[in-house]
Amino acid sequence: MGKIREKFKELRDKGKKAFIPYLTFGFPTLKDFEALLYVLDSAGSDFIEIGFPFSDPIADGPVIQTSSQVALDRGVNFLRLFSFLKRVKRKIKAPLILMSYYNPIYDMGLDNFFKKAHPFLEGLIIPDLLPEEGEDFLKKAKAYNIDTVFFISPTTQEERFSLIERASSGFIYYISVTGVTGPRKSLPSDILSHLKKVRKKISSPVCLGFGISNQFQARKFKKYFDGIIVGSALIKKIIETYHKKNFLKEFKEFILWLNS
Amino acid sequence: MSKKGYFGEFGGRFIPETLEYPLRELQEAYFKYSQQKDFKDELNFYLREYAGRPTPLYFAKNLSKRLGLRVYLKREDLLHTGAHKINNALGQALLAVRMKKERIIAETGAGQHGVATATVASLFGKKCDIYMGKVDMERQKMNVFRMQLLGAQVLKVETGSQTLKDACNEALRDWVTNVRNTYYLLGSVVGPHPYPLMVRNFQVVIGREAKQQILKKEKRLPDYLLACVGGGSNSLGLFHPFFKNREVRFIGVEAKGKGFLSQHACSLIKGRVGILHGSKSYVLQDRFGQIEQAHSIAAGLDYPGVGPEHAFYKKIKRAEYVAVSDKEALVGFKMLSETEGITPALEPAHALFYLRKLAKLAKKNSIVIVCLSGRGDKDLEIVQKVGS
Repeated sequence: MGKIREKFKELRDKGKKAFIPYLTFGFPTLKDFEALLYVLDSAGSDFIEIGFPFSDPIADGPVIQTSSQVALDRGVNFLRLFSFLKRVKRKIKAPLILMSYYNPIYDMGLDNFFKKAHPFLEGLIIPDLLPEEGEDFLKKAKAYNIDTVFFISPTTQEERFSLIERASSGFIYYISVTGVTGPRKSLPSDILSHLKKVRKKISSPVCLGFGISNQFQARKFKKYFDGIIVGSALIKKIIETYHKKNFLKEFKEFILWLNS
Repeated sequence: MSKKGYFGEFGGRFIPETLEYPLRELQEAYFKYSQQKDFKDELNFYLREYAGRPTPLYFAKNLSKRLGLRVYLKREDLLHTGAHKINNALGQALLAVRMKKERIIAETGAGQHGVATATVASLFGKKCDIYMGKVDMERQKMNVFRMQLLGAQVLKVETGSQTLKDACNEALRDWVTNVRNTYYLLGSVVGPHPYPLMVRNFQVVIGREAKQQILKKEKRLPDYLLACVGGGSNSLGLFHPFFKNREVRFIGVEAKGKGFLSQHACSLIKGRVGILHGSKSYVLQDRFGQIEQAHSIAAGLDYPGVGPEHAFYKKIKRAEYVAVSDKEALVGFKMLSETEGITPALEPAHALFYLRKLAKLAKKNSIVIVCLSGRGDKDLEIVQKVGS
């Protein structure tokens, strides 16, 4: 069992839901990113998702597009990510999950990527890779003992559930809305019936993301998932408060409130 | 073509999970309807009566004499809306009607595919939104106006390079959001399966006609087929029906833009294998796998990727790919206007310029078919500007 699955077991035993915040690597600056990472870790994050910026993020809305572009303009790349992680990994308790589009990983070469990544990362999320296209990727992930996360969306047909579950050694990422990442005022009305369908067929941990900005939104259907992923809402908060002197303190309060 | 939607090692479906089902639905609808007689009859009717097919295969007498070749022009520029894009737009629109989608979206670079899509949307009474980069909207103003006139909404894309690549990103994001009622009418042989296959099949009418026409006129197959390659739909449309005729050589002309040391759009010649907009093919990227911005004076070639079937043709050496710069394309533009009284779009002007190089390499009086994929009206302003 990978580290992610172990952690979910622990959480399930305690009757707790996982809180998984997301940050874009190198945003707003590498130094601030590091500080924000420590804040997340100290504020009770069960896992931390690090988004690796890509020039053409087709699954992301305007907020993460912006943070990705800022980070890329600052010259972020995999070499910098790995040397950064090498330096900070031991200071962070929460398991780290990397979210990257497939091209930068493919271009680096799967072997080379996994060789460099495996000491620092517990999990991987590739938003433009279907299990059907992921044969080589899954083999390598298994060999290097990094957990994988695949998606189920409101348009996913039930006959693919088991394929997705088999490919996901970490957890299953349930996309709560058809659309790109970004906070929504309300979640779609049919989310409960979808989640029930998922839960009936799938015993692996399921986490909700896309359009989720806090725990309260998802409270009503607590029974049907194991954690939430909050991304754009955090990036938005950073953008809005970055000019303030006490922005890290405010960020911490925001995280504690989200995770209360 | 393998079962999973690959041409050799190229193609596939590299897309967010939300699009898995819509793509499967599209694939099933395409394979089902495109085999049916009423679909074929209806498509042929519109291609003939509405778009103006078959297009002539015109023997360019003056140009041939000047170059010492026998040059034939496949006149896709004479089609309704002024380019080959209408072939694919009609085919996919008939599919959208059968799939009962009420809204059609598309990306556009030069605006030719946007105009073709807005046209078919108007014809079949569908709501239509076209994504177009800000840079392209500025350089192809008349096409923006045409699309609006046809009742489409043109949505300005201000992210990234503000050209075709980014318009594609936005169209995909729209589709992910509105999958249930929206048909994404992709304009080239790029994107996830089944698009590269489907768009090519809607474009092979170009090559099928050309084959019959040349056999009638010359009593033999041509020595060369020549076409510009951006995403690659007009070239594959011309090439594909000749695939098994090994004696016919395929030459795809990519846009060298300002040159290899500056910005260009030669994905096949200078790119590496990677993943862009849902398929694996040659992609212009930096050394860390970020997609680079392309450049060409021809908005329709200004794209850092290329269709996976072209990648396959390159790999198996079925086609040869060459590069022609912005400046050279302008020479091609003027050359055809002056010798034949035909003003080409800047995209096929790349292929036309290459005729001059081919004339030096090929045997005298070799037969060459050039795909004249679009007419030049949309580019007059650009040519006027750089010419002055």
